[in-house]
Amino acid sequence: MYGWTGRILRINLSDSTVKTEALKKSDLQDYIGARGLGTKLFTDEVDPKVDPLSEANKLIFMTGPLTGTAASSAGRYNVVTKGVLNGTIAASNSGGSFGPEIKYAGYDGFIIEGKASNPVYLWIYNDQAEIRDASEIWGKDTVETTDMIKEATIDEAKVACIGPAGENLVKFACIMNEYNRAAGRSGAGAVMGAKNLKAIAIRGTKGLKVADNTKFLDVIMDARGKLQAHPVTGAGLKAYGTNILVNILNEHGGLPFKNFSEAAIFPKAEKISGEYQAEKYLLRNKGCFGCSIGCGRVTKIKQGKYKGLGEGPEYEATWAMGANLALANFEAISKANFLCNELGLDPITMGGTLGCAIEMVEKGFIPEEDTGIEMRWADPDLLIDMVKKTAFREGFGNRLAEGSYRLAESYGHPEFSMTVKKQELPAYDPRGQQGIGLNYATSNRGGCHVRGYMTSPEVLGIPVVVDPDATEGKSELLIIFQDLTALVDSAGLCLFITFALGLPEISEQLRTATGVTMTDEEFLLAGERIWNLERMFNLQAGFSKDDDTLPRRLLEEPMAAGPHEGRVVELDKMLPEYYGLRGWDDNGIPTEDKLSQLGIS
Amino acid sequence: MNNWFQEVWDQESMHKELIVQPERCTGCRTCELICSFVHVQEFDTTRSRISVFNFEKAGFSVPVVCQQCSVAACMEVCPVEAITRSDRTGAMVVNHDKCLRCKMCTIACPFGATIYDPIKDIIAKCDLGNGDPMCVKVCPSGALTYQEPTQANISKRKAYAARFKAVYEEVG
Repeated sequence: MYGWTGRILRINLSDSTVKTEALKKSDLQDYIGARGLGTKLFTDEVDPKVDPLSEANKLIFMTGPLTGTAASSAGRYNVVTKGVLNGTIAASNSGGSFGPEIKYAGYDGFIIEGKASNPVYLWIYNDQAEIRDASEIWGKDTVETTDMIKEATIDEAKVACIGPAGENLVKFACIMNEYNRAAGRSGAGAVMGAKNLKAIAIRGTKGLKVADNTKFLDVIMDARGKLQAHPVTGAGLKAYGTNILVNILNEHGGLPFKNFSEAAIFPKAEKISGEYQAEKYLLRNKGCFGCSIGCGRVTKIKQGKYKGLGEGPEYEATWAMGANLALANFEAISKANFLCNELGLDPITMGGTLGCAIEMVEKGFIPEEDTGIEMRWADPDLLIDMVKKTAFREGFGNRLAEGSYRLAESYGHPEFSMTVKKQELPAYDPRGQQGIGLNYATSNRGGCHVRGYMTSPEVLGIPVVVDPDATEGKSELLIIFQDLTALVDSAGLCLFITFALGLPEISEQLRTATGVTMTDEEFLLAGERIWNLERMFNLQAGFSKDDDTLPRRLLEEPMAAGPHEGRVVELDKMLPEYYGLRGWDDNGIPTEDKLSQLGIS
Repeated sequence: MNNWFQEVWDQESMHKELIVQPERCTGCRTCELICSFVHVQEFDTTRSRISVFNFEKAGFSVPVVCQQCSVAACMEVCPVEAITRSDRTGAMVVNHDKCLRCKMCTIACPFGATIYDPIKDIIAKCDLGNGDPMCVKVCPSGALTYQEPTQANISKRKAYAARFKAVYEEVG
């Protein structure tokens, strides 16, 4: 088999068994890999109503057919599970070289089921896989854990693990691989914690073949050339990393400020920008496996109380724990980000939840005696303190560990939670971008920017320039973005390639790698199939049209100032059209015709 | 290149070198991928002739590859003179017909740059892509370059001078 390996490992932690299984060719073609294939296998096997923290929930690590090849930025893998934070289908995507290592060990991925009776880790070396005791490692942070497992296995092992946050079932715990890369969102780390699975270490030494060597080489070299020549992937992201967006979104009037409670403009944005990071703290650029972009930042705070070294912070983290908290202290934001990596927390939800808490205390909806500490904006030490307390569920951190929705709802005011489907929104105020608002409302894992990145056309003008304030045409464009993104995620590619590459380049890489003779349209249809399968899972899990919405503030409170002053998200103008174009009924349920067209039973 | 320079160049018969600048390396390992693909038609980093070592916690990466040494231990130690320098590229190349697979060269090389590929049953080492190294073409950050040795040194000196200037301006 080419591109794919056609094999997976099934690891049952309840009865300590490991076995190899073959994948169905039809599943590979219909669902491609990674996010799509993982979702197909997951939905075939797991009841949508499963409690995410129960033994019956499964955790699927899956790569794509391009993962581990020299296609640019194809170092990705996805973790598919039912999300602890949001209760939706969750595919959390990570880079580094953990994904390629799975392929080199001879697998497309693995299904982890059941629950271990005591802490364990998995050690996979090519055809050998074993479940090992992790009682000595339990309680350690992700850095110590990775070090200890490399020591116990081999230094070349790639390690994905949880930190204390995952062990303590923090609802937005992430899975960290190779110290600095994260399957960050939806609380996949808590699923691992609930299964008593501390880590997975893997080493593979097998080769990976593609179907047409000559054509594949031509296609990937052409794609690499386009990525190098593009102003975003060849220049902007290289020079300033993802934090290049700080100044851009601020100038756009779309950098959310103080939990979205004021105009989306942060007067001190410059102090947390990628330009500032590069000037003051950047050691060097870092790339995931096989990536020609290299957006990662190795950042060093040389002295002072926020001293530290690590990767990031990325744009979303910088915003969530910076502008969102009115905090312009880059050193403290970096420290908080490193702590999130070490403790195993999603920094977007961390910052979003803290922002919600600060606003509710400020407005008198959370009594100060409950927090045990003064809660105020722009307080660097509060941020550091709360990150630690959240991971260990200490004091008020135990409340923050539930995410902003459950926190705000417990005080009777869920409207202060800036979430969709209980997952915190990322760094784009949708009142300044109608399309990203529609994306948030319809995203299959709730508040999320990487399911249909409408910021690309609405703010950056890529691949087409559109009016960010317009609602017309947004549904149609978003649907293409969502379906294409599902394909990109499933191929094993990084979403960032889509700044420079489109469906033809992606499809040609897939064809020459796998030998599958699908047309561009059929590949995009696979993306649509994946989107609809995710939708069906969520509907069966109990979500409905009522959940395809935004926090009230974004629908009713006009933007206070800036280029988008007076705007709210006009979701009611876009959502019915979106349902219609999707082939869904008025309640957002895919019609029989649509499902049969996609071959979903 | 000027004509007079070309003449000197030809007279001196200098070869281009594969220059490694670790401070520019992002650790993406694309060089390993493409090297293995070109030589063994698979993506198999264990069989690549170049390796990048990522010191993950320090955020530092170092590509290691054959330096095509002027006094080459691999060549010196070979009992059957199977390793010779290519006149055209300057690379140390292995004659697989002559080679005994005794692997002495893999022991002698101080960089571990000469390896034995058990699947192909050959001694594998960097051949500078026969004068057109793919690793350089895919390197996204300029950590690998293929250039005249004199020019390479000037580039490094210039980069150092720029850093010196920046520091001097800061303290001056």
